Amino acid sequence: MEFTIVTGRTMEQGMFIDEKTSEDYFKAVSYCEMNEEDMKELGVEEGDRVKVITDYGSVVLFVKKAMFDLPRGVIFVPLGPYANKVLPAESGTGTPLFKNVKCRVEKTDEDVPMIDELIKEVIS
Amino acid sequence: MKIACTFCGNVCDDIDYDEKNGIDVQKLCPIGEFKFTKEKRRIEHPMIDGKKVSYEEAIEKAVEILVNAKRPLLYGWASTVNEAIRLGVILTEKVGGVYDTTSSVCHNPSILAMIEEGLPGGTLGQAKNRADVVVFWGCNPAEAHPRHPSRYSVMAKGFLVKGRGARRVVVVDIRKTATALLATDFYRIEPNSDFAVLVALRCIVNGYEEAVPDEVGGLSKEKLKELAEILMNAKYGVIFFGMGLTHTRGQDRNVEAVIKLVQDLNRKKVRYILQPMRGHFNVTGAGAVACWEAGYSYTIDFSRGYPRFCPNEFSAVQLLRRKDCDAMLVIASDPVAHFPAEAVKYMAKIPVIQIDPHYNLTTYVANVVIPSAIVGIEAEGTVYRMDGVPIRVKKFKDSPFMSDYEILKAMLEKVAELKGEDHAVY
Repeated sequence: MEFTIVTGRTMEQGMFIDEKTSEDYFKAVSYCEMNEEDMKELGVEEGDRVKVITDYGSVVLFVKKAMFDLPRGVIFVPLGPYANKVLPAESGTGTPLFKNVKCRVEKTDEDVPMIDELIKEVIS
Repeated sequence: MKIACTFCGNVCDDIDYDEKNGIDVQKLCPIGEFKFTKEKRRIEHPMIDGKKVSYEEAIEKAVEILVNAKRPLLYGWASTVNEAIRLGVILTEKVGGVYDTTSSVCHNPSILAMIEEGLPGGTLGQAKNRADVVVFWGCNPAEAHPRHPSRYSVMAKGFLVKGRGARRVVVVDIRKTATALLATDFYRIEPNSDFAVLVALRCIVNGYEEAVPDEVGGLSKEKLKELAEILMNAKYGVIFFGMGLTHTRGQDRNVEAVIKLVQDLNRKKVRYILQPMRGHFNVTGAGAVACWEAGYSYTIDFSRGYPRFCPNEFSAVQLLRRKDCDAMLVIASDPVAHFPAEAVKYMAKIPVIQIDPHYNLTTYVANVVIPSAIVGIEAEGTVYRMDGVPIRVKKFKDSPFMSDYEILKAMLEKVAELKGEDHAVY
């Protein structure tokens, strides 16, 4: 399914920002929020995994039902290394476009990489 | 004594501390409480290629890398004090590098717009004491600046505006956020439509509503007129804006549009101010100090011996993705966690020096790691709140670690030594 990916701060991402190698930080940044109707259409439930694919890369994330009313066709991912794996570096102003990037989302059985695995994948 | 929280741009300076009882957590937000009360994984000692070394050895190696590089990038600065930042700008000039701050991945488009249009700004005190209409556009302080609503905006008790009941609070965003739950009115707009919605509002405010189509960015003309009425009916208004404008299509043009809207409103019978929601506690200082020293606030290239400014050429992400730098110093930030993968990839190919109190994702790629004292707990200095108000952050705990200021001072002295200069000038 086609989506627009939006990134942003969350309270948990802020709380664990000085503990980036912890399990808490991993949990805080490795998911995407989705509208309940989109979850049904995609055939996923909370805690399932999806692959988010853009022109710039792909990443596996956990699915979470949106805490508040998220529009259909939008996924929200907390800012951090997981979101950044699929976002463009170029924009025209020098600041990357961290929001409103088109993506494809597929249900997957692949594991969500732990943070050190993710970084190894990025720099390899 | 009162101490200040060193997490977000609010820099809440009303936190009580005494030696016997420690920090009074009552006034801290959940992020501040976690920062001040939870022990975290520290970088325990200086390291070169993962091996424990002394501070002297790590500093010497770091300086060798910077002096021998053709164009080193010195990046971060948003979570340290102005005194250290000043030395950082001087160090960048000395080694002919590029000075850049975390602004280049956050409010750079806002600064570009302000260079063209100016900033009809104010202070958070003005917002608290005067604003009866508070707008949050593309920002979510309930999660990113948790005490902003209670200290300065939504519920704050000011001299003239006595609290939540006397305020109209408006949130404009593409999704419902925790901040939207605090609002009187929530306007959901379509992704990438901020510029169009702002222009439509300007048309209505300036009396050209016939130029506005039936629907703009997901808002009907009636809704747009309603929002314009709310804005114009204020006695004193404030618009806070965030990454919802700078990280989306239009970027600096979105911010230019909101500045012009505020200018238009100020030509009516209302007074308005505009305030970018700055993230890290001293990202404002990291720009202001560089401005005193070099005339520009970030993305400053000193490689020709004089400062040049161009965000799309000299910002850290662009330098890295174009492989235009050959070494990097990272201080008080974590670009491996916060840069797009294309930029991070190149960091693993060049020598990286890290100065930070905590083990973070940049530590994975750093060749030289220099631990530092935590600003606002183990090190003191001056920082600028998001509105530019200077606040002294205090040291209330001893630490075996050198402060950012001490590390940078030692680095400048080593640069002078390697270059055969009599003494370091700073």
